[in-house]
Amino acid sequence: MTRGIVARPGAWLVWGAVGFFLINLAGLIGEVVVNSLGTRWFDAWLPEGFTFKWYSDAWSEFALSHVLIVTFEVALAVIAISLLVGVPAAYALARRQFPGKRWVMLLLLLPLVLPPLTYGIPFATLLYELRVAGTLTGVILANLVPAIPFVILVMTPFIEQIDPNVESAARMCGASTRRLMTKVLVPLLIPGILAAGLLVLVRTVAMFELTFLTSGPDSQTLVVALYNAAFAAGIRADQSIDAMAVLYMLTTLVLLLAALRFVNPTQLVSRVREEPTK
Amino acid sequence: MATTTSEAAVPISGQTRRSRLAERGVDRTLLLLLPALVLLLAMFAYPFIYGLQLSLRPQEGGGLLANYRNFFSDAYEAGTIWKTLKLAIPATAVNVLASIPIAYFMRGPFRGKRLLTAILVVPVTLGTVLVAEGLLRYLGPRGWFNRTLIELGILSEPLRLVHNYWGVLFSLIITGFPFAFLLILSYMSGIDPTLERAAATLGAGPWQRFRRILLPLLAPGLATTAVLCFVLAFAVFPSASLVGQPSGSTRVLSIAAYHAAFEDYDYSMGSAIAMIMGGVELAVIGLLLFGRSRLYSGPSTGGKG
Repeated sequence: MTRGIVARPGAWLVWGAVGFFLINLAGLIGEVVVNSLGTRWFDAWLPEGFTFKWYSDAWSEFALSHVLIVTFEVALAVIAISLLVGVPAAYALARRQFPGKRWVMLLLLLPLVLPPLTYGIPFATLLYELRVAGTLTGVILANLVPAIPFVILVMTPFIEQIDPNVESAARMCGASTRRLMTKVLVPLLIPGILAAGLLVLVRTVAMFELTFLTSGPDSQTLVVALYNAAFAAGIRADQSIDAMAVLYMLTTLVLLLAALRFVNPTQLVSRVREEPTK
Repeated sequence: MATTTSEAAVPISGQTRRSRLAERGVDRTLLLLLPALVLLLAMFAYPFIYGLQLSLRPQEGGGLLANYRNFFSDAYEAGTIWKTLKLAIPATAVNVLASIPIAYFMRGPFRGKRLLTAILVVPVTLGTVLVAEGLLRYLGPRGWFNRTLIELGILSEPLRLVHNYWGVLFSLIITGFPFAFLLILSYMSGIDPTLERAAATLGAGPWQRFRRILLPLLAPGLATTAVLCFVLAFAVFPSASLVGQPSGSTRVLSIAAYHAAFEDYDYSMGSAIAMIMGGVELAVIGLLLFGRSRLYSGPSTGGKG
Protein backbone atom coordinates (compact mmCIF):
# COMPACT_ATOMS: atom_id res chain seq x y z
CA MET A 1 0.00 0.00 0.00
CA THR A 2 1.73 3.15 1.19
CA ARG A 3 4.72 1.51 2.78
CA GLY A 4 7.13 2.52 0.03
CA ILE A 5 10.06 0.79 -1.57
CA VAL A 6 12.03 0.23 1.64
CA ALA A 7 9.57 -2.33 2.96
CA ARG A 8 9.28 -4.27 -0.27
CA PRO A 9 12.10 -6.85 0.00
CA GLY A 10 11.03 -7.51 3.57
CA ALA A 11 7.45 -8.05 2.50
CA TRP A 12 8.53 -10.53 -0.15
CA LEU A 13 10.62 -12.40 2.39
CA VAL A 14 7.67 -12.56 4.76
CA TRP A 15 5.26 -13.81 2.09
CA GLY A 16 7.90 -16.35 1.08
CA ALA A 17 8.19 -17.64 4.64
CA VAL A 18 4.41 -17.94 4.98
CA GLY A 19 4.22 -19.66 1.58
CA PHE A 20 6.95 -22.12 2.58
CA PHE A 21 5.13 -22.91 5.81
CA LEU A 22 1.82 -23.44 4.03
CA ILE A 23 3.39 -25.63 1.31
CA ASN A 24 4.91 -27.89 3.95
CA LEU A 25 1.64 -27.99 5.86
CA ALA A 26 -0.19 -28.97 2.67
CA GLY A 27 2.47 -31.61 1.94
CA LEU A 28 2.15 -33.06 5.42
CA ILE A 29 -1.62 -33.35 5.21
CA GLY A 30 -1.60 -34.31 1.51
CA GLU A 31 0.80 -37.19 1.91
CA VAL A 32 -1.33 -38.74 4.66
CA VAL A 33 -4.46 -38.37 2.50
CA VAL A 34 -2.79 -39.80 -0.64
CA ASN A 35 -1.29 -42.71 1.31
CA SER A 36 -4.68 -43.59 2.76
CA LEU A 37 -6.12 -43.80 -0.77
CA GLY A 38 -3.19 -45.55 -2.48
CA THR A 39 -2.76 -49.22 -3.37
CA ARG A 40 0.96 -49.82 -3.52
CA TRP A 41 3.39 -46.94 -3.07
CA PHE A 42 7.08 -47.49 -3.51
CA ASP A 43 9.78 -45.15 -4.74
CA ALA A 44 7.55 -42.70 -6.63
CA TRP A 45 5.66 -39.44 -6.31
CA LEU A 46 2.27 -41.13 -6.21
CA PRO A 47 0.93 -44.63 -5.54
CA GLU A 48 0.31 -47.04 -8.40
CA GLY A 49 -3.45 -46.93 -8.04
CA PHE A 50 -6.20 -45.63 -5.83
CA THR A 51 -8.71 -47.44 -3.65
CA PHE A 52 -11.09 -46.88 -0.76
CA LYS A 53 -10.32 -50.32 0.66
CA TRP A 54 -8.21 -48.99 3.56
CA TYR A 55 -11.13 -47.06 4.95
CA SER A 56 -13.29 -50.13 5.34
CA ASP A 57 -10.26 -51.98 6.72
CA ALA A 58 -9.57 -49.26 9.27
CA TRP A 59 -13.25 -49.06 10.17
CA SER A 60 -13.39 -52.72 11.14
CA GLU A 61 -9.79 -53.21 12.40
CA PHE A 62 -9.86 -50.29 14.82
CA ALA A 63 -13.59 -50.61 15.71
CA LEU A 64 -13.98 -47.01 14.66
CA SER A 65 -17.73 -46.83 15.08
CA HIS A 66 -17.25 -47.62 18.76
CA VAL A 67 -14.35 -45.18 19.03
CA LEU A 68 -16.38 -42.39 17.42
CA ILE A 69 -19.32 -43.01 19.73
CA VAL A 70 -17.00 -42.86 22.75
CA THR A 71 -15.39 -39.66 21.43
CA PHE A 72 -18.72 -37.89 21.13
CA GLU A 73 -20.06 -39.24 24.42
CA VAL A 74 -17.01 -37.86 26.18
CA ALA A 75 -17.16 -34.55 24.32
CA LEU A 76 -20.87 -34.00 24.93
CA ALA A 77 -20.63 -34.87 28.61
CA VAL A 78 -17.65 -32.56 29.05
CA ILE A 79 -19.40 -29.71 27.23
CA ALA A 80 -22.63 -30.10 29.19
CA ILE A 81 -20.99 -30.29 32.61
CA SER A 82 -18.37 -27.61 32.01
CA LEU A 83 -20.98 -25.14 30.70
CA LEU A 84 -23.39 -25.89 33.52
CA VAL A 85 -20.71 -25.35 36.13
CA GLY A 86 -18.55 -22.79 34.34
CA VAL A 87 -21.08 -20.18 33.18
CA PRO A 88 -22.47 -19.40 36.66
CA ALA A 89 -18.93 -19.29 38.05
CA ALA A 90 -17.89 -16.90 35.28
CA TYR A 91 -20.88 -14.72 36.17
CA ALA A 92 -19.83 -14.51 39.81
CA LEU A 93 -16.23 -13.74 38.85
CA ALA A 94 -17.21 -11.07 36.33
CA ARG A 95 -19.60 -9.27 38.67
CA ARG A 96 -17.97 -9.46 42.08
CA GLN A 97 -14.73 -8.35 43.66
CA PHE A 98 -14.14 -10.32 46.82
CA PRO A 99 -11.29 -11.19 49.17
CA GLY A 100 -9.43 -14.29 47.99
CA LYS A 101 -10.30 -13.73 44.34
CA ARG A 102 -6.60 -14.01 43.44
CA TRP A 103 -6.53 -17.54 44.86
CA VAL A 104 -9.58 -18.51 42.87
CA MET A 105 -7.92 -17.16 39.71
CA LEU A 106 -4.79 -19.16 40.53
CA LEU A 107 -6.86 -22.33 40.90
CA LEU A 108 -8.37 -21.57 37.47
CA LEU A 109 -5.08 -20.81 35.72
CA LEU A 110 -2.95 -23.66 37.04
CA PRO A 111 -4.84 -26.48 35.25
CA LEU A 112 -4.40 -24.57 31.98
CA VAL A 113 -0.74 -23.73 32.48
CA LEU A 114 0.70 -26.85 34.09
CA PRO A 115 1.64 -29.66 31.68
CA PRO A 116 -1.30 -32.11 31.52
CA LEU A 117 1.01 -34.94 32.59
CA THR A 118 1.92 -33.17 35.83
CA TYR A 119 -1.56 -33.58 37.26
CA GLY A 120 -2.61 -36.34 34.85
CA ILE A 121 -0.25 -38.91 36.39
CA PRO A 122 -1.40 -38.42 40.02
CA PHE A 123 -4.98 -38.19 38.74
CA ALA A 124 -4.70 -41.49 36.87
CA THR A 125 -3.04 -43.10 39.90
CA LEU A 126 -5.95 -41.97 42.04
CA LEU A 127 -8.40 -43.42 39.51
CA TYR A 128 -6.62 -46.76 39.77
CA GLU A 129 -6.99 -46.65 43.54
CA LEU A 130 -10.69 -45.80 43.23
CA ARG A 131 -11.08 -48.53 40.57
CA VAL A 132 -12.58 -46.23 37.95
CA ALA A 133 -9.47 -46.22 35.77
CA GLY A 134 -10.18 -47.06 32.16
CA THR A 135 -13.87 -46.23 32.38
CA LEU A 136 -15.76 -43.56 30.50
CA THR A 137 -16.39 -41.74 33.80
CA GLY A 138 -12.66 -41.42 34.44
CA VAL A 139 -12.04 -40.02 30.97
CA ILE A 140 -14.85 -37.47 31.35
CA LEU A 141 -13.63 -36.39 34.80
CA ALA A 142 -10.07 -35.95 33.54
CA ASN A 143 -11.20 -33.85 30.59
CA LEU A 144 -13.29 -31.62 32.85
CA VAL A 145 -10.18 -30.41 34.69
CA PRO A 146 -8.96 -28.10 31.90
CA ALA A 147 -12.44 -27.59 30.39
CA ILE A 148 -14.06 -25.87 33.39
CA PRO A 149 -11.40 -23.13 33.78
CA PHE A 150 -11.40 -22.71 30.01
CA VAL A 151 -15.17 -22.10 29.91
CA ILE A 152 -14.89 -19.63 32.79
CA LEU A 153 -12.09 -17.65 31.12
CA VAL A 154 -13.85 -17.58 27.73
CA MET A 155 -17.19 -16.57 29.26
CA THR A 156 -15.97 -13.82 31.60
CA PRO A 157 -15.50 -11.13 28.89
CA PHE A 158 -18.89 -12.02 27.38
CA ILE A 159 -20.53 -11.43 30.74
CA GLU A 160 -18.61 -8.22 31.37
CA GLN A 161 -20.07 -6.86 28.12
CA ILE A 162 -23.62 -7.09 29.50
CA ASP A 163 -24.60 -3.83 31.17
CA PRO A 164 -25.51 -4.49 34.85
CA ASN A 165 -28.28 -1.90 34.39
CA VAL A 166 -30.13 -4.42 32.22
CA GLU A 167 -30.24 -6.74 35.21
CA SER A 168 -31.31 -3.98 37.58
CA ALA A 169 -34.10 -3.04 35.19
CA ALA A 170 -35.35 -6.63 35.10
CA ARG A 171 -35.26 -6.71 38.91
CA MET A 172 -37.20 -3.43 39.09
CA CYS A 173 -39.85 -4.94 36.85
CA GLY A 174 -40.19 -7.75 39.37
CA ALA A 175 -38.22 -10.59 37.77
CA SER A 176 -37.13 -13.31 40.16
CA THR A 177 -33.55 -14.60 40.05
CA ARG A 178 -34.64 -17.61 38.04
CA ARG A 179 -36.54 -15.48 35.51
CA LEU A 180 -33.61 -13.06 35.35
CA MET A 181 -31.37 -16.00 34.43
CA THR A 182 -33.62 -17.69 31.89
CA LYS A 183 -35.23 -14.64 30.26
CA VAL A 184 -32.44 -12.04 30.33
CA LEU A 185 -28.94 -13.41 30.93
CA VAL A 186 -28.96 -16.70 29.06
CA PRO A 187 -30.47 -15.26 25.83
CA LEU A 188 -27.89 -12.45 25.89
CA LEU A 189 -25.10 -14.94 26.52
CA ILE A 190 -26.05 -17.42 23.77
CA PRO A 191 -23.19 -16.33 21.42
CA GLY A 192 -20.67 -16.71 24.21
CA ILE A 193 -22.06 -20.06 25.35
CA LEU A 194 -22.00 -21.32 21.78
CA ALA A 195 -18.41 -20.18 21.30
CA ALA A 196 -17.28 -21.69 24.61
CA GLY A 197 -19.08 -24.96 23.88
CA LEU A 198 -17.53 -25.29 20.42
CA LEU A 199 -14.06 -24.49 21.71
CA VAL A 200 -14.42 -27.09 24.45
CA LEU A 201 -15.57 -29.56 21.80
CA VAL A 202 -12.51 -28.88 19.63
CA ARG A 203 -10.19 -29.08 22.63
CA THR A 204 -11.72 -32.27 24.01
CA VAL A 205 -11.58 -34.08 20.67
CA ALA A 206 -7.91 -33.09 20.32
CA MET A 207 -6.99 -33.60 24.01
CA PHE A 208 -4.47 -36.40 23.95
CA GLU A 209 -2.51 -36.61 27.19
CA LEU A 210 -5.30 -36.77 29.77
CA THR A 211 -7.44 -39.17 27.77
CA PHE A 212 -4.41 -41.32 27.04
CA LEU A 213 -3.59 -41.62 30.74
CA THR A 214 -7.11 -42.37 31.92
CA SER A 215 -8.68 -44.43 29.14
CA GLY A 216 -8.82 -48.18 28.83
CA PRO A 217 -9.32 -50.30 25.72
CA ASP A 218 -13.08 -49.58 25.70
CA SER A 219 -12.92 -45.88 26.47
CA GLN A 220 -10.42 -44.62 23.89
CA THR A 221 -11.23 -41.48 21.98
CA LEU A 222 -10.27 -41.11 18.32
CA VAL A 223 -6.99 -39.29 18.97
CA VAL A 224 -5.83 -41.91 21.47
CA ALA A 225 -6.76 -44.75 19.11
CA LEU A 226 -4.76 -42.98 16.40
CA TYR A 227 -1.73 -42.62 18.66
CA ASN A 228 -1.87 -46.27 19.69
CA ALA A 229 -2.08 -47.37 16.07
CA ALA A 230 0.78 -45.08 15.02
CA PHE A 231 2.88 -46.13 18.01
CA ALA A 232 2.46 -49.81 17.14
CA ALA A 233 3.21 -49.16 13.45
CA GLY A 234 4.10 -52.33 11.61
CA ILE A 235 1.29 -54.38 13.14
CA ARG A 236 -1.32 -52.86 10.82
CA ALA A 237 -0.89 -51.58 7.29
CA ASP A 238 0.39 -48.00 7.08
CA GLN A 239 -2.48 -47.12 4.84
CA SER A 240 -5.20 -48.08 7.27
CA ILE A 241 -3.51 -46.04 10.02
CA ASP A 242 -3.53 -43.10 7.62
CA ALA A 243 -7.17 -43.79 6.76
CA MET A 244 -7.94 -43.39 10.44
CA ALA A 245 -5.81 -40.21 10.50
CA VAL A 246 -7.89 -38.81 7.62
CA LEU A 247 -11.12 -39.62 9.46
CA TYR A 248 -9.71 -37.81 12.49
CA MET A 249 -8.77 -34.83 10.32
CA LEU A 250 -12.24 -34.69 8.80
CA THR A 251 -13.81 -34.74 12.26
CA THR A 252 -11.66 -31.88 13.53
CA LEU A 253 -12.08 -29.89 10.31
CA VAL A 254 -15.89 -30.13 10.47
CA LEU A 255 -15.74 -28.96 14.09
CA LEU A 256 -13.32 -26.19 13.17
CA LEU A 257 -15.53 -24.94 10.33
CA ALA A 258 -18.50 -24.95 12.68
CA ALA A 259 -16.46 -23.03 15.25
CA LEU A 260 -15.22 -20.48 12.69
CA ARG A 261 -18.79 -19.64 11.73
CA PHE A 262 -19.31 -18.31 15.23
CA VAL A 263 -15.85 -17.21 16.33
CA ASN A 264 -13.35 -15.13 14.40
CA PRO A 265 -9.88 -16.65 14.93
CA THR A 266 -8.11 -13.40 15.82
CA GLN A 267 -10.96 -12.47 18.10
CA LEU A 268 -10.83 -15.95 19.58
CA VAL A 269 -7.19 -15.49 20.36
CA SER A 270 -7.60 -12.05 21.87
CA ARG A 271 -10.15 -13.51 24.26
CA VAL A 272 -7.89 -16.39 25.16
CA ARG A 273 -4.93 -14.07 25.60
CA GLU A 274 -6.19 -12.99 29.00
CA GLU A 275 -5.24 -16.39 30.39
CA PRO A 276 -1.79 -15.88 31.82
CA THR A 277 -1.84 -12.15 32.41
CA LYS A 278 -3.82 -12.28 35.61
CA MET B 1 -43.51 -1.45 58.42
CA ALA B 2 -43.89 -5.17 58.84
CA THR B 3 -40.42 -5.67 57.33
CA THR B 4 -38.73 -3.36 59.79
CA THR B 5 -40.09 -5.28 62.75
CA SER B 6 -39.06 -8.62 61.32
CA GLU B 7 -35.59 -7.28 60.57
CA ALA B 8 -35.31 -5.91 64.04
CA ALA B 9 -35.92 -9.45 65.30
CA VAL B 10 -32.70 -10.60 63.60
CA PRO B 11 -29.72 -10.19 65.97
CA ILE B 12 -27.95 -6.93 65.22
CA SER B 13 -24.52 -8.51 64.92
CA GLY B 14 -25.68 -10.98 62.19
CA GLN B 15 -27.35 -8.17 60.27
CA THR B 16 -24.28 -5.97 60.23
CA ARG B 17 -21.94 -8.82 59.45
CA ARG B 18 -23.98 -9.72 56.41
CA SER B 19 -24.04 -6.13 55.15
CA ARG B 20 -20.36 -5.72 55.96
CA LEU B 21 -19.60 -8.82 53.89
CA ALA B 22 -21.86 -7.61 51.09
CA GLU B 23 -19.90 -4.36 51.02
CA ARG B 24 -16.74 -6.35 50.37
CA GLY B 25 -18.47 -8.26 47.60
CA VAL B 26 -19.34 -11.41 49.51
CA ASP B 27 -23.01 -12.17 48.94
CA ARG B 28 -25.15 -14.96 47.63
CA THR B 29 -23.96 -14.45 44.03
CA LEU B 30 -20.71 -16.06 45.09
CA LEU B 31 -22.56 -19.33 45.64
CA LEU B 32 -22.55 -19.61 41.86
CA LEU B 33 -18.80 -20.16 42.08
CA LEU B 34 -19.22 -23.07 44.44
CA PRO B 35 -19.82 -26.00 42.03
CA ALA B 36 -16.83 -25.06 39.89
CA LEU B 37 -14.58 -24.56 42.90
CA VAL B 38 -15.63 -27.83 44.51
CA LEU B 39 -15.05 -29.77 41.28
CA LEU B 40 -11.65 -28.18 40.70
CA LEU B 41 -10.55 -28.70 44.28
CA ALA B 42 -11.63 -32.33 44.13
CA MET B 43 -10.29 -33.12 40.67
CA PHE B 44 -7.27 -30.85 40.37
CA ALA B 45 -6.03 -29.69 43.76
CA TYR B 46 -6.63 -32.96 45.61
CA PRO B 47 -4.95 -35.24 43.02
CA PHE B 48 -2.10 -32.76 42.84
CA ILE B 49 -1.51 -32.83 46.59
CA TYR B 50 -2.02 -36.60 46.58
CA GLY B 51 0.68 -36.88 43.91
CA LEU B 52 3.00 -34.64 45.89
CA GLN B 53 2.74 -36.78 49.04
CA LEU B 54 2.90 -39.96 46.94
CA SER B 55 6.20 -38.73 45.49
CA LEU B 56 7.51 -38.32 49.04
CA ARG B 57 6.78 -41.96 49.89
CA PRO B 58 9.21 -43.87 47.67
CA GLN B 59 8.27 -47.44 46.83
CA GLU B 60 11.71 -48.73 47.74
CA GLY B 61 12.00 -46.63 50.87
CA GLY B 62 15.02 -44.48 51.53
CA GLY B 63 13.49 -41.41 53.08
CA LEU B 64 11.25 -38.60 51.96
CA LEU B 65 13.35 -37.28 49.13
CA ALA B 66 14.72 -40.59 47.82
CA ASN B 67 12.83 -40.30 44.53
CA TYR B 68 14.10 -36.80 43.90
CA ARG B 69 17.64 -37.79 44.89
CA ASN B 70 17.55 -40.77 42.55
CA PHE B 71 16.24 -38.63 39.72
CA PHE B 72 18.91 -35.97 40.01
CA SER B 73 21.80 -38.37 40.62
CA ASP B 74 20.98 -40.52 37.58
CA ALA B 75 22.39 -38.71 34.54
CA TYR B 76 20.00 -40.49 32.17
CA GLU B 77 17.00 -39.30 34.17
CA ALA B 78 18.22 -35.82 35.05
CA GLY B 79 19.21 -35.32 31.41
CA THR B 80 15.52 -35.35 30.46
CA ILE B 81 15.16 -31.83 31.92
CA TRP B 82 17.82 -30.54 29.57
CA LYS B 83 16.39 -32.50 26.63
CA THR B 84 12.94 -31.01 27.23
CA LEU B 85 14.28 -27.48 27.49
CA LYS B 86 16.47 -28.01 24.42
CA LEU B 87 13.28 -28.67 22.45
CA ALA B 88 10.89 -26.25 24.11
CA ILE B 89 13.09 -23.14 24.23
CA PRO B 90 14.22 -23.13 20.57
CA ALA B 91 10.67 -23.97 19.45
CA THR B 92 9.30 -21.06 21.49
CA ALA B 93 12.00 -18.70 20.23
CA VAL B 94 11.47 -19.62 16.57
CA ASN B 95 7.69 -19.40 16.83
CA VAL B 96 7.69 -16.02 18.55
CA LEU B 97 10.55 -14.41 16.59
CA ALA B 98 9.26 -15.56 13.19
CA SER B 99 5.79 -14.31 14.03
CA ILE B 100 6.89 -10.71 14.69
CA PRO B 101 7.86 -9.66 11.12
CA ILE B 102 5.04 -11.69 9.59
CA ALA B 103 2.43 -10.14 11.85
CA TYR B 104 4.03 -6.72 11.16
CA PHE B 105 3.39 -6.98 7.45
CA MET B 106 -0.04 -8.53 7.82
CA ARG B 107 -1.59 -6.33 10.47
CA GLY B 108 -3.43 -4.10 8.00
CA PRO B 109 -6.57 -5.34 6.27
CA PHE B 110 -6.04 -7.23 3.00
CA ARG B 111 -8.01 -9.55 0.78
CA GLY B 112 -8.07 -13.14 2.00
CA LYS B 113 -6.93 -12.30 5.53
CA ARG B 114 -9.82 -14.19 7.07
CA LEU B 115 -9.07 -17.22 4.88
CA LEU B 116 -5.38 -17.13 5.79
CA THR B 117 -6.07 -16.95 9.51
CA ALA B 118 -8.57 -19.80 9.12
CA ILE B 119 -5.92 -21.94 7.38
CA LEU B 120 -3.45 -21.17 10.14
CA VAL B 121 -5.86 -22.42 12.80
CA VAL B 122 -5.89 -25.85 11.10
CA PRO B 123 -2.58 -27.17 12.53
CA VAL B 124 -3.60 -26.00 16.01
CA THR B 125 -6.82 -28.01 15.82
CA LEU B 126 -5.18 -31.06 14.21
CA GLY B 127 -3.11 -31.55 17.33
CA THR B 128 0.28 -33.08 17.89
CA VAL B 129 -0.62 -36.71 17.22
CA LEU B 130 -1.77 -36.08 13.67
CA VAL B 131 1.07 -33.69 12.90
CA ALA B 132 3.52 -36.33 14.12
CA GLU B 133 1.91 -38.98 11.93
CA GLY B 134 2.02 -36.62 8.93
CA LEU B 135 5.66 -35.69 9.54
CA LEU B 136 6.63 -39.37 9.61
CA ARG B 137 5.40 -39.63 6.03
CA TYR B 138 6.26 -36.19 4.69
CA LEU B 139 9.78 -35.83 6.11
CA GLY B 140 10.60 -39.54 5.85
CA PRO B 141 13.43 -40.72 3.59
CA ARG B 142 10.94 -41.40 0.77
CA GLY B 143 8.59 -38.55 1.57
CA TRP B 144 7.73 -35.67 -0.71
CA PHE B 145 10.08 -33.27 1.08
CA ASN B 146 13.26 -35.26 0.53
CA ARG B 147 12.10 -36.32 -2.94
CA THR B 148 11.65 -32.68 -4.00
CA LEU B 149 15.09 -31.69 -2.77
CA ILE B 150 16.69 -34.66 -4.55
CA GLU B 151 14.86 -34.04 -7.83
CA LEU B 152 15.91 -30.39 -7.69
CA GLY B 153 19.50 -31.58 -7.31
CA ILE B 154 19.98 -29.88 -3.94
CA LEU B 155 20.63 -33.17 -2.18
CA SER B 156 22.16 -36.41 -3.34
CA GLU B 157 20.72 -38.54 -0.57
CA PRO B 158 17.76 -38.00 1.75
CA LEU B 159 18.18 -35.98 4.94
CA ARG B 160 17.41 -37.84 8.15
CA LEU B 161 14.61 -35.73 9.59
CA VAL B 162 12.45 -38.20 11.48
CA HIS B 163 13.12 -40.43 14.47
CA ASN B 164 15.44 -37.79 15.86
CA TYR B 165 15.57 -34.35 17.47
CA TRP B 166 14.69 -32.46 14.28
CA GLY B 167 11.40 -34.26 13.67
CA VAL B 168 10.16 -33.28 17.12
CA LEU B 169 11.33 -29.69 16.72
CA PHE B 170 9.50 -29.42 13.38
CA SER B 171 6.32 -30.83 14.91
CA LEU B 172 6.52 -28.21 17.68
CA ILE B 173 6.99 -25.45 15.11
CA ILE B 174 4.13 -26.62 12.92
CA THR B 175 1.66 -26.70 15.80
CA GLY B 176 3.14 -23.75 17.69
CA PHE B 177 3.87 -21.19 14.99
CA PRO B 178 0.26 -20.55 13.90
CA PHE B 179 -0.71 -20.18 17.54
CA ALA B 180 2.06 -17.64 18.21
CA PHE B 181 1.33 -15.81 14.98
CA LEU B 182 -2.40 -15.39 15.65
CA LEU B 183 -1.72 -14.15 19.18
CA ILE B 184 0.91 -11.66 18.09
CA LEU B 185 -1.25 -10.50 15.19
CA SER B 186 -4.07 -9.70 17.57
CA TYR B 187 -1.69 -7.87 19.93
CA MET B 188 -0.26 -5.91 17.01
CA SER B 189 -3.72 -4.99 15.71
CA GLY B 190 -4.46 -3.61 19.17
CA ILE B 191 -1.75 -0.94 18.86
CA ASP B 192 -3.11 2.36 17.66
CA PRO B 193 -1.64 3.14 14.19
CA THR B 194 -1.79 6.90 14.92
CA LEU B 195 1.12 6.48 17.34
CA GLU B 196 3.29 5.36 14.45
CA ARG B 197 1.98 8.07 12.17
CA ALA B 198 2.83 10.64 14.81
CA ALA B 199 6.36 9.27 14.97
CA ALA B 200 6.60 9.41 11.16
CA THR B 201 5.50 13.05 11.23
CA LEU B 202 8.29 13.74 13.67
CA GLY B 203 10.73 12.24 11.19
CA ALA B 204 11.20 8.64 12.36
CA GLY B 205 12.11 6.13 9.65
CA PRO B 206 10.45 2.69 9.36
CA TRP B 207 13.12 0.95 11.43
CA GLN B 208 13.04 3.62 14.14
CA ARG B 209 9.25 3.46 14.26
CA PHE B 210 9.42 -0.30 14.68
CA ARG B 211 12.24 -0.21 17.22
CA ARG B 212 11.07 2.75 19.31
CA ILE B 213 7.26 2.64 19.07
CA LEU B 214 5.95 -0.75 18.06
CA LEU B 215 8.38 -3.06 19.82
CA PRO B 216 8.10 -1.51 23.30
CA LEU B 217 4.29 -1.53 23.08
CA LEU B 218 4.33 -5.09 21.82
CA ALA B 219 6.83 -6.43 24.37
CA PRO B 220 4.37 -7.41 27.14
CA GLY B 221 2.26 -9.24 24.55
CA LEU B 222 5.36 -11.00 23.29
CA ALA B 223 6.17 -12.18 26.80
CA THR B 224 2.64 -13.56 27.22
CA THR B 225 2.83 -15.30 23.84
CA ALA B 226 6.19 -16.77 24.77
CA VAL B 227 4.72 -18.15 28.00
CA LEU B 228 1.81 -19.80 26.19
CA CYS B 229 4.04 -21.21 23.44
CA PHE B 230 6.46 -22.52 26.01
CA VAL B 231 3.61 -24.22 27.89
CA LEU B 232 2.55 -25.96 24.67
CA ALA B 233 6.05 -27.00 23.69
CA PHE B 234 7.12 -28.08 27.17
CA ALA B 235 4.30 -30.61 27.44
CA VAL B 236 5.56 -32.34 24.26
CA PHE B 237 4.68 -36.01 24.51
CA PRO B 238 3.06 -37.70 21.50
CA SER B 239 5.42 -36.23 18.92
CA ALA B 240 8.50 -36.96 21.06
CA SER B 241 7.57 -40.62 21.10
CA LEU B 242 6.31 -40.88 17.50
CA VAL B 243 8.69 -38.74 15.39
CA GLY B 244 11.43 -38.60 17.97
CA GLN B 245 13.82 -41.07 19.53
CA PRO B 246 11.87 -41.83 22.72
CA SER B 247 14.72 -43.71 24.36
CA GLY B 248 17.49 -41.38 23.21
CA SER B 249 17.77 -37.78 22.12
CA THR B 250 14.10 -36.92 22.67
CA ARG B 251 13.48 -38.74 25.93
CA VAL B 252 11.73 -35.71 27.42
CA LEU B 253 10.38 -35.30 30.95
CA SER B 254 6.87 -36.38 30.01
CA ILE B 255 8.16 -39.65 28.53
CA ALA B 256 10.29 -40.30 31.62
CA ALA B 257 7.31 -39.64 33.90
CA TYR B 258 4.97 -41.81 31.84
CA HIS B 259 7.55 -44.56 31.67
CA ALA B 260 8.12 -44.60 35.43
CA ALA B 261 4.42 -44.59 36.30
CA PHE B 262 2.88 -46.87 33.69
CA GLU B 263 5.65 -49.13 32.45
CA ASP B 264 7.66 -49.62 35.66
CA TYR B 265 4.46 -49.24 37.73
CA ASP B 266 6.37 -47.02 40.18
CA TYR B 267 3.60 -44.46 40.72
CA SER B 268 5.65 -42.78 43.40
CA MET B 269 8.57 -42.12 41.05
CA GLY B 270 6.17 -41.17 38.24
CA SER B 271 4.55 -38.56 40.47
CA ALA B 272 7.96 -37.28 41.53
CA ILE B 273 8.97 -36.73 37.89
CA ALA B 274 5.58 -35.14 37.20
CA MET B 275 6.19 -32.70 40.08
CA ILE B 276 9.69 -31.93 38.80
CA MET B 277 8.19 -31.28 35.38
CA GLY B 278 5.66 -28.83 36.83
CA GLY B 279 8.36 -27.15 38.89
CA VAL B 280 10.73 -26.64 35.95
CA GLU B 281 7.92 -25.26 33.82
CA LEU B 282 6.76 -22.82 36.47
CA ALA B 283 10.35 -21.68 37.01
CA VAL B 284 10.77 -20.82 33.31
CA ILE B 285 7.37 -19.09 33.23
CA GLY B 286 8.35 -17.17 36.35
CA LEU B 287 11.51 -15.95 34.63
CA LEU B 288 9.55 -14.88 31.55
CA LEU B 289 6.94 -13.05 33.62
CA PHE B 290 9.66 -11.42 35.72
CA GLY B 291 11.17 -10.10 32.49
CA ARG B 292 7.73 -8.92 31.45
CA SER B 293 7.16 -7.02 34.70
CA ARG B 294 10.23 -4.92 33.93
CA LEU B 295 8.83 -3.84 30.56
CA TYR B 296 6.54 -0.95 29.76
CA SER B 297 2.96 -1.63 30.73
CA GLY B 298 0.28 0.86 29.98
CA PRO B 299 -2.22 1.82 27.32
CA SER B 300 -1.28 1.00 23.74
CA THR B 301 -4.35 2.63 22.24
CA GLY B 302 -3.14 6.23 22.37
CA GLY B 303 -4.89 9.24 23.87
CA LYS B 304 -8.00 10.88 22.54
CA GLY B 305 -7.81 13.72 20.04
